[in-house]
Amino acid sequence: MLEFTDVHVRYGHVEALRGVSLRVERGEIVALLGNNGAGKSTTLCAASALVPLSKGTISFDGEPLPDKPWDVVRGGLVHVPEGRRVFSTLTVLENLQLGGFACQDKASVSRRIDGVFDLLPLLAKRRGQQGGTLSGGEQQLVAIGRALVAGPRVLMLDEPSMGLAPLMVAAVMDVVRRINAEGTTVLLVEQNARAALGITHRGYVLENGVVTLSGPASVLAEDPRVVEAYLGS
Amino acid sequence: MGRWVGPAGLLVAVAIPFVDASPYTLNVLTTAAIFVMLAAGLNIVVGYCGLLDLGYVAFMAVGAYTSGILSTAFELPLLYTIPAVLVVAVLAALVIGAPTLRLRSDYLAIVTLGFGEIIRITATNLDFTGGPTGIFGIPGIDVGGPAGFYFVCVAVVALAVLGSARLERSRLGRAWMFIREDEDAAEAMGVNTYRVKLLAYVFGAIWGASAGVLFAAHLSAVSPQSFVFLQSALVLMAVVLGGMGSARGVVVGAVVISVVPEVLRDLGAFRYVFFGVVLVVVMVLRPQGLWPVRRREPERVDAPVQEGVRV
Repeated sequence: MLEFTDVHVRYGHVEALRGVSLRVERGEIVALLGNNGAGKSTTLCAASALVPLSKGTISFDGEPLPDKPWDVVRGGLVHVPEGRRVFSTLTVLENLQLGGFACQDKASVSRRIDGVFDLLPLLAKRRGQQGGTLSGGEQQLVAIGRALVAGPRVLMLDEPSMGLAPLMVAAVMDVVRRINAEGTTVLLVEQNARAALGITHRGYVLENGVVTLSGPASVLAEDPRVVEAYLGS
Repeated sequence: MGRWVGPAGLLVAVAIPFVDASPYTLNVLTTAAIFVMLAAGLNIVVGYCGLLDLGYVAFMAVGAYTSGILSTAFELPLLYTIPAVLVVAVLAALVIGAPTLRLRSDYLAIVTLGFGEIIRITATNLDFTGGPTGIFGIPGIDVGGPAGFYFVCVAVVALAVLGSARLERSRLGRAWMFIREDEDAAEAMGVNTYRVKLLAYVFGAIWGASAGVLFAAHLSAVSPQSFVFLQSALVLMAVVLGGMGSARGVVVGAVVISVVPEVLRDLGAFRYVFFGVVLVVVMVLRPQGLWPVRRREPERVDAPVQEGVRV
């Protein structure tokens, strides 16, 4: 459904992605693992057209991706950027409404917001509260909920576990699993390999801008190289 | 109480000439009204959308020159030039905005500063703009003398302020706010940031150019000296002083900036020293402006901290 073929991205002279090829099939959760600076976030930014490709192609549903970020969102590929980026002075509800900005149909936006409140009852309780007053984990849920309001067919999450307490990491991963169970395809970028491999079907390991390992999550979790580098024995 | 403030302010503005209609007072009031309009326009660009424009007076110059040139060359009443002024203002916004809005923050500020100077220097050096002396004999809007013209200004400015307040609450206004608070997040959520920023420029230009028409009618002359950088800086000061993004605040800010130097006139050469002190004191005591908006994203001082241990 989402396919990267030999994708290169450069920031000036630095080549952040050096020929990434990977694919995400309909209905899957796919993990993209790797250390700091491996190119995980750049991979997502390339797909959401926030950074230009210097070589290679990304196709979505068999079509080449549009080259403007707003057209990508409209097409149903939605990116939750790293660091949550919740508007701290807007309420939870207003943050969610932003997610529906690209959608002209008000009725379906409010239907999706209700759907988010069903999925994340905690947010329904906090709907009138300002984003900045929420805990980190709650803000992450707002960021995910906001992306869901955009009506994604593929959701790309950039390190949703970052800076969260272990219990909250588990809760966020559970939410991602439920979102997937309701039919949304997910591409999950994580440093927390253990948490990510617990819910994903397949995974890719990115090192220095290239994919070095890939396979079913259960196989990756056993692979000695992954265990050594990311999981610890 | 909030909803009565606008009508009350309007009432005061309309009432003053009935108390004191000396030419001096009317001149100060008319200048203040035009200044309020400029501040309302710049507030769309800087306050709503967060685009720091240091050459805003260029749009006022475009409006003033367009109406001045057309009305003197073709002996048209000033009102007939308004459609042309609007077209030229929109074109100017697109010409200035299309290349500059790809830049962000400091870079945008520097480039807009440059455009402000380009417009002024071009006007100084072209023949059809009257060169350094400018254009004279622009017909006013004759509706019962200076007091009548002042009332026209108040009506136009009131509409402009109301319009800008409505814009803030529109779908477009929300998009401006998203861009101001976090442009990357807005883009990732599907806001067409380039088009939305360009529209902020276009609206700002329309407000500024319309203020320029009033300015030309008020002075019956336009010359390049009216559009120096200091003028842009003063309008920006009105916006910051009043409270960026607050439609009411910038009205207060603009009135303060244009009236306080007149009130301090008795101090002679020292008045700008006191004016400066007043501004500094206000910004120390009310850093968000005289009448800030309820919600304003605090500056993001800390990037998310990367934790060392992550296995």
